[in-house]
Amino acid sequence: MARHKGRGMAAINYPIGMNLGGDPSQALIHSNPDGKFTVALSAIDLGQGMKQVTRQVAAETLGVPVEDVYVDTADSDTGPHDMGSFASRGTHRMGNAVIAAAREARGVLLEAAAEELEVNAADLVTDGRGNIHVRGAPSRSITVRATAQAAQFRQGKTIAGRGIFLIPLSAVDPETGEMNPNTAFAHACLVADVEVDDETGEVTVLGMTSAYELGRALNPRMVEQQLVGGAWMGQSHVLFETPEPYYPNPDHGPRDFNEYLMPGPGDIAPYSASVLERPAPDGPFGGKGPGEMCANPVLPAVANAVFNAVGVRVDELPITPEKVLRGIRANGGARPQARRGG
Amino acid sequence: MAKVPVQFRLNGSDRAAFIDAADNLLMTLRRGLNEFAPKYGCGQGTCGVCTVLIDGEPQLSCLTLAVACEGRHVETASGMAEGPNLHPLQVAFMDNFAAQCGFCTPGMLMAARALLDRNPKPSREEVIEAIAGNICRCTGYEPIINAILAAAGAGDQKRA
Ligand code: FES
Ligand code: FES
Repeated sequence: MARHKGRGMAAINYPIGMNLGGDPSQALIHSNPDGKFTVALSAIDLGQGMKQVTRQVAAETLGVPVEDVYVDTADSDTGPHDMGSFASRGTHRMGNAVIAAAREARGVLLEAAAEELEVNAADLVTDGRGNIHVRGAPSRSITVRATAQAAQFRQGKTIAGRGIFLIPLSAVDPETGEMNPNTAFAHACLVADVEVDDETGEVTVLGMTSAYELGRALNPRMVEQQLVGGAWMGQSHVLFETPEPYYPNPDHGPRDFNEYLMPGPGDIAPYSASVLERPAPDGPFGGKGPGEMCANPVLPAVANAVFNAVGVRVDELPITPEKVLRGIRANGGARPQARRGG
Repeated sequence: MAKVPVQFRLNGSDRAAFIDAADNLLMTLRRGLNEFAPKYGCGQGTCGVCTVLIDGEPQLSCLTLAVACEGRHVETASGMAEGPNLHPLQVAFMDNFAAQCGFCTPGMLMAARALLDRNPKPSREEVIEAIAGNICRCTGYEPIINAILAAAGAGDQKRA
């Protein structure tokens, strides 16, 4: 009876967003009389950081401080249409829609400022700190706030913008079956080290190392946060969780957190993730977004590591002690595979 | 059913409510006293999002009868900041990106505060033990553990 170490690896291509009949997102932006901006989106931030990322994108495009932008994702009744927060599409689709809306709003903002300064709007620039001035002449300036008030109370203008980003439906070529359902792919590679106990069948993840290529990291700390959280989810999916409806008998499915197993804070493995930034040509400021792919490579990498450790190929998740033990027994004992590298 | 009165201190102020005798503290806080920091997760003591301090001890408010809190001091995450000044744990949670959806955060903060109040310099293992009853679906726990260690001034124990 022994504990066997194993190493497994997985590499993935991950499509950002989906394309079942077209994949649109809309955004609306308007200024308030205090010179701050509200972005209305219908997609929901479940904790992925979409509000923060779209806020940065809006502020950067408008040319105003990030503190002066509020993102409202509250209500799909009153907000513009969106397909939703799924398929890792948030940063890419909503970010692009926000850029389009912010460009339009910026155009009106500069026109309103030009009217106040009696100059040509094409000669105006923003300093990102709440001021608009004539290019090369910072003293000929007006604040965004004063501009918003002038537009509202004197000029009768709405400083607002509409944006949509649509990946249209890609038809299937009847001859070849070819289609082009996606424009942005992210990539990752992950190595998992495990230890498998051939007496209990228990798999312990000793550590994971990964590299992610996800366009530009628009908010690097939040990307890291996603990667760390996602790695835990991957570990949970591969070793612990049996989601609906994959029980042998649904009546025996878990009903609460005592029966639905997940790794706790004492079960987490050391994890290091590197981010390779290769700005995507059609991404907002080059971003694609990590999303679901943070969890994905963990599953095949751990499955491969278990095979490497004891020669058991478990092809149904989760990899429970029972499945590992049955596999070891079917093979007539643990069969550690050759190891490459250290 | 006739209502019964209950009085206790909530984050330093005296509060009272008329409740059903069988009401748990969680529902009394949320429905009766508009105190929404403790969350309703499982309602059966398995997730930790309803964690509050009762006389300084971390307790699951979903499993605590409200009438049992008569005359005691109940503390929630809402009471951690002093005016505009956040509690060091709250600052550390922000600095370490220890919340994503934030649903577990009020319970984590309470479990962490109870730990640091009785053990200001916990080891990593002691931190893990203190939050072992609190489920987080988003962060993978690592940032939460790091935040608690950082709040204890033990940033050198941070892993990775
Ligand atoms: S709601 Fe109290 S432990 Fe889950
Ligand atoms: S941050 Fe979402 S559950 Fe912990």
